[in-house]
Amino acid sequence: MAELAVETHQLRKRFGDKLAVADLSLSVRRGEVFGFLGPNGAGKTTSIKMLLGLIEPSAGRGTMLGRPIGDRRTRARVGFLPEHFRFQDWLTGRELLRFHGRLFGLSGHALEAKADTLLARVDLLDSADRPIAGYSKGMTQRVGLAQALLNDPDIVFLDEPTSGMDPLGRLLVRDLIRELRAHGTSVFLNSHLLGEVEATCDRVVFVKQGRVVHELDLAAQAIGLEVELRVEGAPHDVLAAHGTVLERGESRARLRVADEQALPALAAALVQAGARLYAMTPYRRSLEDTFLEVMGEDQRPG
Amino acid sequence: MSALLTVMHLTLHEAARRRVLVATLIGAAGFLVLYGVGFHFVAARVAEEAGPIVVRQRMLLNLLTLAGLYATHFLTLMTAVLLPVDTLSGEIASGVAQTVASKPVRRSTIVLGKWLAFSLVAVTYFAIVSGGVLLIARLFGDFTPPGLAQGLPLMALEAVVFVSISIAGGARLSTVTNGILAFGLYGLAFIGGWVEQVGTLAGNLAAQNVGTVASLLLPTEALWQRAAYFMQPSIMRDLQMSPFSSGALPSAVMVWWAVGYAVVAVLLGVQGFRKRAL
Repeated sequence: MAELAVETHQLRKRFGDKLAVADLSLSVRRGEVFGFLGPNGAGKTTSIKMLLGLIEPSAGRGTMLGRPIGDRRTRARVGFLPEHFRFQDWLTGRELLRFHGRLFGLSGHALEAKADTLLARVDLLDSADRPIAGYSKGMTQRVGLAQALLNDPDIVFLDEPTSGMDPLGRLLVRDLIRELRAHGTSVFLNSHLLGEVEATCDRVVFVKQGRVVHELDLAAQAIGLEVELRVEGAPHDVLAAHGTVLERGESRARLRVADEQALPALAAALVQAGARLYAMTPYRRSLEDTFLEVMGEDQRPG
Repeated sequence: MSALLTVMHLTLHEAARRRVLVATLIGAAGFLVLYGVGFHFVAARVAEEAGPIVVRQRMLLNLLTLAGLYATHFLTLMTAVLLPVDTLSGEIASGVAQTVASKPVRRSTIVLGKWLAFSLVAVTYFAIVSGGVLLIARLFGDFTPPGLAQGLPLMALEAVVFVSISIAGGARLSTVTNGILAFGLYGLAFIGGWVEQVGTLAGNLAAQNVGTVASLLLPTEALWQRAAYFMQPSIMRDLQMSPFSSGALPSAVMVWWAVGYAVVAVLLGVQGFRKRAL
C-alpha cells in the first residue's frame, strides 16, 4: 500500500486567459485528515475537481491511491461531496443513494443495507422517503455526505461540507470525520471554517493563487502559545532566552513561547533580573491568526 | 453495461417523476381527440362530395390521413427536441453532473444512457400518436394508407435524429441555445423542403439544389417527404397534389445520410461531454 493517498506535481489549470490553479504540488498521506485552506478564488475547488477527473489539468501530473488522477476505476474508491451540492431533487433521499450506489457497482441487499446505515448516520431516516426537493439545505448536504460514503471510500473529498448546516449538523460532520479517520480513511477537507479545520485536521496547507504557500502539521506541533507581559525593566536577553520576542515596549512585551511550561520559568527569570512584573497573559494562537499571517495584508475578500 | 442501464433507468424515471411523460401523453390525447372529431365529420362529407367515385373518395381520405401524419411528424420532432434539451446542459449548470461524473462511470455511458432512454420515449410517443391517427382513419373512414411499412420507420428515424441533435447540443451549449439551434435547423430544413418542392413543380434546378443542401444540413424533412411519398396512392404522386409531400421521391441515400447524421451527432455529444469541465 502506497503511503500517499494523493500526490500532485505542478498541477495547473487555465480557463481561457484566467489562471485558476498556477502550480499545485501537494501530498496527502493515507489515513490523515487533510485541510486545504485559502481565500476565495485561490483555486481550491478547481484543484479538487482536477483530482477527481471532473476537470482536465492544463499541465502537471498527479496520482491518487497510486493511479494517475482522472483514472476511472480509482473513482470506485473515492467519495465526493461537491461545494454546490445539487442532486436529482425529484428523487427521495433513499432513491438518490440507490442510484449513486449502483453507479458505484453496488446492488441488492448490500446496497439497501448500506443506504439504511448511512441514512441513519446522517440522521435522515425519517425523511428518507420524501423527495429531496422538500429538504432543507442542511438535509440536502447531509444526504450528499451519505452519498459520498456509499462505497466505503479510501479517500473522501469534502468541499465546504458544512456550508448549509446548523451547529448540530456541523457537530455531526465533525464526528463523522473523526470516525472516518479512525477507520483509516483519508479525508480531504476544504473549508472556510477554520475552527472546524483546527478541530478535525491532522495537517493543513494554505493555498494562495493556486500555489501551496504554507504547510502546518497540527497533529505534531501546536500552533504556538503567545504571552503578553505588562512589565517594566525587562532585559531583552532574558525575554529572548525564553521565546521569540514579537514586540517590546517601555512597559509591555509580547513573545511566543513553546508551551505553558515556559511560563513559570519566564516569570522567575524576570523577577530575578530585577524587572517589575505586573501581569502575564498567555493566549493560544488560533488557526485564524496563522491564516491571516500567511495570506498577508494584501488579501482582500475575494 | 449495468451503469448504462442505471443511467437509462434514472432518465426514464425522471421523465415519469417530473410528469414530463404525462404532459406529453395529455398533449397527444388532445391532438388525437381533435383529429378524430375532425376526421369523423370530414369523412361523412367525403362520401357525399365524392359520390360514387371511389378514387376521389380515397384521395380525399388519404389527404386527411396524411395531414394527421404530418401533424404527428411535427409533434414528434417537438417532443424529440424538447424532452432531452436540458438533460445534459441542465445537469452541468446545476452541478448535478459533478456527483454523477465523479463515480467510476465513463462519461460516454452517461450520454449514451440518456440518448437511449430519450430515443425510446420519443419513438414510443411517435408510435402512440401515429397509431392513433391510423386507427381513427380506419374507424371513421375505413381507410388505411399504403406504404406504412416503408413510411413509419422513416418517421421513427426522424425522432431519433432529433433526440441525437438535442443531446449533442446539450453537451456543449446552454439549454436555451441548444433549443434555439435545434429549432433553427428544423426551420431551415422545413423551408428548404418547400423550396425544393416548388422548384420541382416549376422545374427550377437552382431551387431544387437549395432544397438538397438544406436536407444535407438536416435530413429530417427529407425523411418525412420520403415517408409521405410511400404513404400516398400513386395517382396523387403523379398529380403532385398533396400539400404535405413532394411529387419527387427523396433519394434512399438520404436515409443513410440521416442514420450517419444521428450517429455523428451522438458521437459529438459524447466527445463534447467528455471534454467538458464540470
